[in-house]
Amino acid sequence: MNKTYIIELENISKEYDGIRVLDNINLYIKRNEFLTLLGPSGCGKTTTLRIIGGFEQPTEGKIIFEGKDITEVPPYKRQINTVFQRYALFPHMNVFENIAFGLNIKKVSQKEINSKVKEILRLVNLQSFENRSIESLSGGQQQRVAIARALVNEPEVLLLDEPLGALDLKLRKEMQIELKNMQKRVGITFIYVTHDQEEALTMSDSIVVMDKGVVQQIGTPVDIYNEPKNRFVAQFIGDSNIINGIMLEDFKVEFAGKVFDCVDKGFDKNESVEVVIRPEDLEITIQEKGQLKGIVTSITFKGVHYEMIVNDGTIDWKIHSTIMKSVGTKIGMIVAPENIHVMKKVTRE
Amino acid sequence: MVGKILKRLYIILMFLFLYAPIIVLIIFSFNESKSRGTWSGFTLKWYIELFRDAEVLKALYYTVIIALSASIISTIIGTFAAIGIYDMCGINKKIVLNLNYLPVINPDIVTAVSLMTLFRFLRLEFGFVTMLLSHITFCIPYVILSVLPKLQQMNKHLAEAAMDLGATPMYAMKKVVIPEIIPGIITGALMAFTLSIDDFVISFFNKGAGITNLSITIFSMARRGINPVINALSTLMFTGLLILLLVINKRSTKNLNKEVKLYEK
Amino acid sequence: MKMKWTSYPYLLWIIIFILVPLVLVLLYAITATEEHISNLEFTLDNFNRFLDPKYFDVLWVSVKLALQSTVMTLILGYPIAILIAKEKPSKRNILISLFIIPMWMNFLLRTYAWLTLLGKNGIINFIISQLGFGPLDLLYNDGAVLLGMVYNFLPFMILPIYSVLVKIDNSLMESAEDLGANKFQVFTKITLPLSIPGIITGITMVFMPAVSTFVISRLLGGGQYMLIGNLVEQQFLWVGDWHFGSAISIIMMIFILLTMAITAKFDTQKKGSRGLW
Repeated sequence: MNKTYIIELENISKEYDGIRVLDNINLYIKRNEFLTLLGPSGCGKTTTLRIIGGFEQPTEGKIIFEGKDITEVPPYKRQINTVFQRYALFPHMNVFENIAFGLNIKKVSQKEINSKVKEILRLVNLQSFENRSIESLSGGQQQRVAIARALVNEPEVLLLDEPLGALDLKLRKEMQIELKNMQKRVGITFIYVTHDQEEALTMSDSIVVMDKGVVQQIGTPVDIYNEPKNRFVAQFIGDSNIINGIMLEDFKVEFAGKVFDCVDKGFDKNESVEVVIRPEDLEITIQEKGQLKGIVTSITFKGVHYEMIVNDGTIDWKIHSTIMKSVGTKIGMIVAPENIHVMKKVTRE
Repeated sequence: MVGKILKRLYIILMFLFLYAPIIVLIIFSFNESKSRGTWSGFTLKWYIELFRDAEVLKALYYTVIIALSASIISTIIGTFAAIGIYDMCGINKKIVLNLNYLPVINPDIVTAVSLMTLFRFLRLEFGFVTMLLSHITFCIPYVILSVLPKLQQMNKHLAEAAMDLGATPMYAMKKVVIPEIIPGIITGALMAFTLSIDDFVISFFNKGAGITNLSITIFSMARRGINPVINALSTLMFTGLLILLLVINKRSTKNLNKEVKLYEK
Repeated sequence: MKMKWTSYPYLLWIIIFILVPLVLVLLYAITATEEHISNLEFTLDNFNRFLDPKYFDVLWVSVKLALQSTVMTLILGYPIAILIAKEKPSKRNILISLFIIPMWMNFLLRTYAWLTLLGKNGIINFIISQLGFGPLDLLYNDGAVLLGMVYNFLPFMILPIYSVLVKIDNSLMESAEDLGANKFQVFTKITLPLSIPGIITGITMVFMPAVSTFVISRLLGGGQYMLIGNLVEQQFLWVGDWHFGSAISIIMMIFILLTMAITAKFDTQKKGSRGLW
């Protein structure tokens, strides 16, 4: 039994009618961490969550919860609760009845239920909403009731399936911070599913990037952003310039017809690689000083910065900068060695 | 303006067409003479005689008993079947749904003779049981067809949410799924009840000695002339249903107004 | 989590009370003697018998009357569906219930009431004679049976068309007018094509019971009047020739399945061609 991990997924695979939607997933989830499953729709993140919740059975592999195999345990016997995508609040019950549902099943005394519901409503900022009907609540309020309904059962793990998907942008930003604070306050494990990379970066302790039923990378938000393991991760998380290059030797990489210093090592001599440079890491300078030279071909105002496309003759570089250069301007670009990120080339079908 | 009057006139004419026989029936339930052609004065005697007419009362008794039992049994079987069908997928679901449609699209008379053939094959004695079994058979599909859409409208994670909170599948069904689809179940039950009470063809082929219902009685009376007692009974049933509808309608328009108000918010 | 099992009792019911009976009818239709199941004699005689002009005429009259009543209910019912669908929600709910309410009175009795209306001394003949014409024979002929069918099945045509029409988004009509279509063009280009699913349902819901009825023809056509439904009734209940009766039932079923297939095809064709425009 491993004390640091609360949930372990071992070699989980899932097939529907012979189609593999999850392929050999291994995942170790630490106690009290905020873990996000991130990926495009159809990547298998929701299926993974549903397997943890017990709503789906894996075709292969097992799920360990606090050292015990729970693969065969039905959802109603797991100490795990879920906040569903569209909340799945019971429309024929009011707020109180919804939240008390789980406690009633556990035969908690009426007095205790009353105090617990009150307490949890305070936690989600919905004091005195007990007798409101579900249909009279706004989307954000329904969201809070769904969270309260799950948390009141004091689960060890809370699963959240794109819980903010139906909210508007402003409310979503507020809820992101609130959810993160809530997780810290109740001190339990949150497993969060989203396709929104920004949301994942803001809230998570660790992120699991998934695509086509396979885990692409696991790491902290900073790691994932700065050290994407492959082209998919680099493209999915943030904007990036991805160029083909050749690793000449340790700390020396060639791309765009030039040799650059870098901080990567451990590749074969002259191995073909992919190079990632984030748009904000390309610094604008006068043409003569630039490691790369090109002409600005388009410019878009993005609020905090400008986004410019600079063509160097063969490659279109995307740059984010607070300095504006008008279309047609010849400029130079500099990139620091630590901002050049070299990845192994993966042939993807 | 002329167009509007023409439209009104057309609708009124159509109503006249549909209601003329009903009006005639109601009027002749107050007719002194037994003849269906001539009016010979107002009387309430058929309404009094109704309660002494053993033949009609017996038919009424069987009609109601069979309609009640058939609608209750078919509602139970049909609701559970709908929940199961909802959970099926792919080709199985398609096959079951199509089989379910068979009694709906098949002409009554084909359903009637095929059930008659079955009961003879099984050497069941024709009577109450055969009539009840055949009524249940043609009622279940309508229950399923009115429950299934309610299941499809339901948030499909509702049952899962209940189980997530510790409910066993049966508890989740009782506390969450059934309350959600109850409007569909009620519609289905009412539909089964009215279909059963109004059925003639299937009952006619699967009745037995001494067991009859109102439709069969009316059909057999038609040749020698219908007893005005039947007119009196139908008038009573019709007005009863009408009052029921008005009550329900009043309630549902209230709900409708509430919904409209919510929407306007 | 799996709830499939709750449908198993009904699956058993389907097999016993829907599938087996149909197989039995088919078995009756293709066998001659009803001795014992071990020495069944297979034959197509029951079907050949139906080719006799005597019976073929019955089929022809049944189909003809069913088609006529379908067309008439469509012509009478479509305008009503449109007129009601255009009303305010509160008013149209009342109007449409007024078309359903008559169905609550026993249909045999309602049909029987037409005898009073159409009879020699009936109300309609009374009005005609007041206008100076002799009493007409309104009962016990094709016309009376047709009237009975139209009367009984008119709501079946109105309801499905109405329910499709009320769901059509009003902005479609408005945008057609906005693009320059006049009232007639809005009807032919928008309302009519979009209401076709309702028309199809209405046609099947009227044609099926009309072609298989034996009650309306018995009550309004008289004791000797024969439609295919009467033929089945006669064979099963009076003649006792279950084999021939089963064969006619099978023919009736095939006929109806064919009609459904044709109307369904018409429906999908329409959808396909709409995609092209």
